[in-house]
Amino acid sequence: MRKDYSLEKRKYVIGGFIAVIVLIYIIRLFNLQVTNDKYKESADSNAFLKRVIYPSRGLIYDRNGKLVVFNKPAYDVMLIPKDVGEFDTLALCSALNLTKEQLADKWADMKNPRKNPGYSAYTPQKLISQLSIEDYGKFQEKLNLFPGFFVQKRTVRNYAYPAAANILGNIREVSVKDIDRDRYYRRGDYTGDLGIEKSYEVALRGQKGIEILMKDAYGRIKGKYEDGIYDISPESGKNLTLSIDIELQEYGEKLMQGKIGAIVAIEPKTGEILALVTSPNYDPSLLVGKDRGKNYAALVQDPLKPLYDRALQGAYPPGSTFKPTQGLILLQEGIVNLNTMYPCHHGYVNGLRVGCHGHASPISLKPALQTSCNAYFCWGLKNMIDKSGTKAANQLTKWKDYMVEMGYGYRLGVDLPSESRGFIPNADYYSNSFRGSNWSANTIISISIGQGEVLATPLQIANLCATVANRGFFYTPHVVKEIADSVIDPKYKEAHRPKIKKEYYEAVAEGMRMAVTGGTCRLANLPDIEVCGKTGTAQNPHGRDHSAFIGFAPYQDPKIAVCVYVENAGFGAAYGVPIGSLMIEKYLKGEISEARKGIEQRMLTSNTIETSGVKKH
Amino acid sequence: MESRNTDTSTSVFKSLDWITVLLYLILVTVGAISIYAASYDFDNASLFDLNEFSGKQILWIGLSLLVGLVILLMDYRIFKIYAYPIYGIVLIVLIVTIFIAPNTKGSHSWLVFGPVSLQPAEFGKFATALCLAKLFDSYNFVLNQKISNYFRALIIIFLPIILILLQRETGSALVYVSFIFVLYREGMSGLVLFSVLCAITFFVVAVKFADPLILGIPMGEFTVFLLIMLIFVCMLLFYCKDGIVGRNVLIGFAGSGVIVSVLAFFGVVLNGTIYFLSALGIGMVYTSIMMFRHRIGKYLITIGFVATSVMFLFSVNYVFGNVLEPHQQQRIKVALGIEENIMGAGYNVNQSKIAIGSGGIAGKGFLNGTQTKLKYVPEQHTDFIFCTIGEEEGFIGSVAVLILFLGLILRLIHIAERQRTAFERVYAYCVVSILIFHLGINVGMVIGLCPVIGIPLPFFSYGGSSLWGFTILLFILLRLDAARKERTD
Repeated sequence: MRKDYSLEKRKYVIGGFIAVIVLIYIIRLFNLQVTNDKYKESADSNAFLKRVIYPSRGLIYDRNGKLVVFNKPAYDVMLIPKDVGEFDTLALCSALNLTKEQLADKWADMKNPRKNPGYSAYTPQKLISQLSIEDYGKFQEKLNLFPGFFVQKRTVRNYAYPAAANILGNIREVSVKDIDRDRYYRRGDYTGDLGIEKSYEVALRGQKGIEILMKDAYGRIKGKYEDGIYDISPESGKNLTLSIDIELQEYGEKLMQGKIGAIVAIEPKTGEILALVTSPNYDPSLLVGKDRGKNYAALVQDPLKPLYDRALQGAYPPGSTFKPTQGLILLQEGIVNLNTMYPCHHGYVNGLRVGCHGHASPISLKPALQTSCNAYFCWGLKNMIDKSGTKAANQLTKWKDYMVEMGYGYRLGVDLPSESRGFIPNADYYSNSFRGSNWSANTIISISIGQGEVLATPLQIANLCATVANRGFFYTPHVVKEIADSVIDPKYKEAHRPKIKKEYYEAVAEGMRMAVTGGTCRLANLPDIEVCGKTGTAQNPHGRDHSAFIGFAPYQDPKIAVCVYVENAGFGAAYGVPIGSLMIEKYLKGEISEARKGIEQRMLTSNTIETSGVKKH
Repeated sequence: MESRNTDTSTSVFKSLDWITVLLYLILVTVGAISIYAASYDFDNASLFDLNEFSGKQILWIGLSLLVGLVILLMDYRIFKIYAYPIYGIVLIVLIVTIFIAPNTKGSHSWLVFGPVSLQPAEFGKFATALCLAKLFDSYNFVLNQKISNYFRALIIIFLPIILILLQRETGSALVYVSFIFVLYREGMSGLVLFSVLCAITFFVVAVKFADPLILGIPMGEFTVFLLIMLIFVCMLLFYCKDGIVGRNVLIGFAGSGVIVSVLAFFGVVLNGTIYFLSALGIGMVYTSIMMFRHRIGKYLITIGFVATSVMFLFSVNYVFGNVLEPHQQQRIKVALGIEENIMGAGYNVNQSKIAIGSGGIAGKGFLNGTQTKLKYVPEQHTDFIFCTIGEEEGFIGSVAVLILFLGLILRLIHIAERQRTAFERVYAYCVVSILIFHLGINVGMVIGLCPVIGIPLPFFSYGGSSLWGFTILLFILLRLDAARKERTD
């Protein structure tokens, strides 16, 4: 066999051919593996399932250790659109208890970029939120029929009492704004809405954990990545103990049934709020679960505005409950002493007339408080404003400063969202509103009896009552007593002392005691508790007078200071005093004495909304 | 006889090509480890567990080494003497397989013996190689001497192709096409090889770039026309020493191209097909006139090549649209990147690219590959075994494996060329061709450069038949090579 040497050179062509192929493949590999990051990301999203482990939200107890808010499991139906395979729509409908149309709506909502801006076919999307445990059980059984679907366990709030919705607030899904504001949140997270759920959100929510799982090509979980060393375990939310006495709160809400208004009860020694009732109220359970949206909309549309917390946000004319503040200022400023007498001829008559009711005249401070004499406080303010040797504006500024020290005119700083500041006018305000023409003591005289421009929230009024009970100091009112393993804001441990002598407070307290024993608040004169009180009957442009009351007890060692404010219910003695005294009795005695059951019954059943004279109701 | 046998066995190991043996051992070992990695399921199965793919593969490797040893101890002349009978027996087995093999994923290529399955197509390779070698070794056989020699060679190659196609194992059948390298080495005109490469290129370009339209024809078609023009000019320049004809054709093409471009710029768009056909036609007429004037016969080849190319181009669309089956069309489209259907036919390739791409330079480390472990890549222990290396050993590991294969193939070419007779040389080139085809197609498919054709990566992919097939193929060559010093004829 001869050897053809020209053909032998062809080995270079063949060898060169495979060498070029290998070179091309190496370049391709370089491109895939070295210069391109996209495959690495794809691999991670392929193989890793980063599952958020939601911490359980902090529990909420009342001041006596009664569990008020706890968690129950709820189940969100999730799906990853690209993994969703063929499934039987009707079977899904029956498993989820939905009609075909409802399912189609939910599906459309999920894909709607406006309602669900984070929609992506590659990430978990929520189809249905907060399935109950029964529905979950049904669905879980059939889950294998629906590829791409899974269930995420969440916890939702459960309420042991149908009360205190305004204090507790509720939880809702975060909005786009929340996510922008706080990087902690991801779409679908829950956050507190209203109440302490909102103001103590950071303590209650805890810290989310992350579990890195590996999933195989069929979506089956194949265990933890690297045995979980990269996992972050969740931190449970902190439990809160409220200063609220949940039974007193519930009782207050019952008393306020059929009425519009608020009750605030404070423990004077600590500033802890014992009850914060607004009426009308709603059951906090309404804002949990599948129907939250529907119920929330109904509450927003209710003309009686149950979502409006009148105890904190309602700015009312304080009426005669304002008189103790006036007495204190007059004494401290030396305008009057305890023996100073002012005449009352059925009212303040000095170019204009402010009416009053029948009692002895002239009258000094304590009886004036006892009988709620308007004339006394009008004369007092007039003499203060018109004091010789100083300008009226300076005197009014002085007056305003005292009021602010006593907690009026600005937000007190309660640990709940959306507190209103009320209103205390100052000299500038009057200069502006009278537009150059001079204002005088007479033109502003009604502020001395808590009318006119003066506005205060029931919380501020209750705080005044607590200050009198303490004979001269108060702690900023607050509803949270303890945060587990943590301290509450130090500002709630700091006493505020208006620059008014203790003895003057003592005098005012005595006057308020007299009002109970022999004045306007006789209905609050309990046989075994020394109650001090002051009524208020506030004129207002909406209808009948508002009925108000402040009171504290016991006289010498006050344990509770309460403010009751019932809109358009008439005299302070009509609703304010009985409700306030029942609250005091309930808190101090635990029950209502037989003798007073009748009053209790009347308060529980009466309805002032119908008789308010306000047409829109 | 006794002493001669001893001589043989000692001289075999003395003159054995140990470099090839070493490369072989490295490849099968790395292969078994990769299979272990690919089928490792976080349950810490032992490498040697016989219930696992890796354990079975190690058993297969052991048996392969035994087979290899037996081959080395056999008389080298047996292969030449029994080449035709072996070929015949394998053909019969292939025919029988068509009828008795159960349906396995649509193909009828596996013979099942209890727990063991064998794929006769894997053994067809060495049998066909031996048969082809024997043909070329016939007395005074020169491929180019008679056209009937081509027919005889092609019959030997195409009989197993047809039988394997009948088993619906397209991938394994295509392997035999690689024997074109053997024919080329033994004297077939380089033009044929060049034509085949052109055909593949034209096909890919024409199918892949369906849009945008240029001059009213798809960009792919447009590009192929330009390539044909380029080849036309190059061939003319190559065949004619003074190159005047080639230069004139080039000037003609360039000039007409400029005119068409200027016209297109002013909004007068000529039909591309008409332009290219007339330009090429005028070029061919001019060339044939020159052919007769200067009596240069090789111009005829040029004209024929150009004419065939144009016809091929026109038939591509027809073949692609009407001849190929839908799943084949789709595989080709996916491989060419036309279709991005990552959930359908492109799933394998996409997942394998993700697995390899996520490996980075140094890889994720042995047994740390998430993609292969979590079964994202289908067939990862068989046809897609290269993914595991790409993911766990990264760019460095993948390149190392490619270099090992390249080294083996170049070494085999070297061995082929040092043989003194056609039988050994042709057989060696058969082995080289098969390895080139398997490596090129398998790795190309895994990294998304070739259509998905289900053929294994030699020595790596799981499976006894494939490993045995390649081992027998390689060790017969080693046996023949070791005997080159024993031979007296």
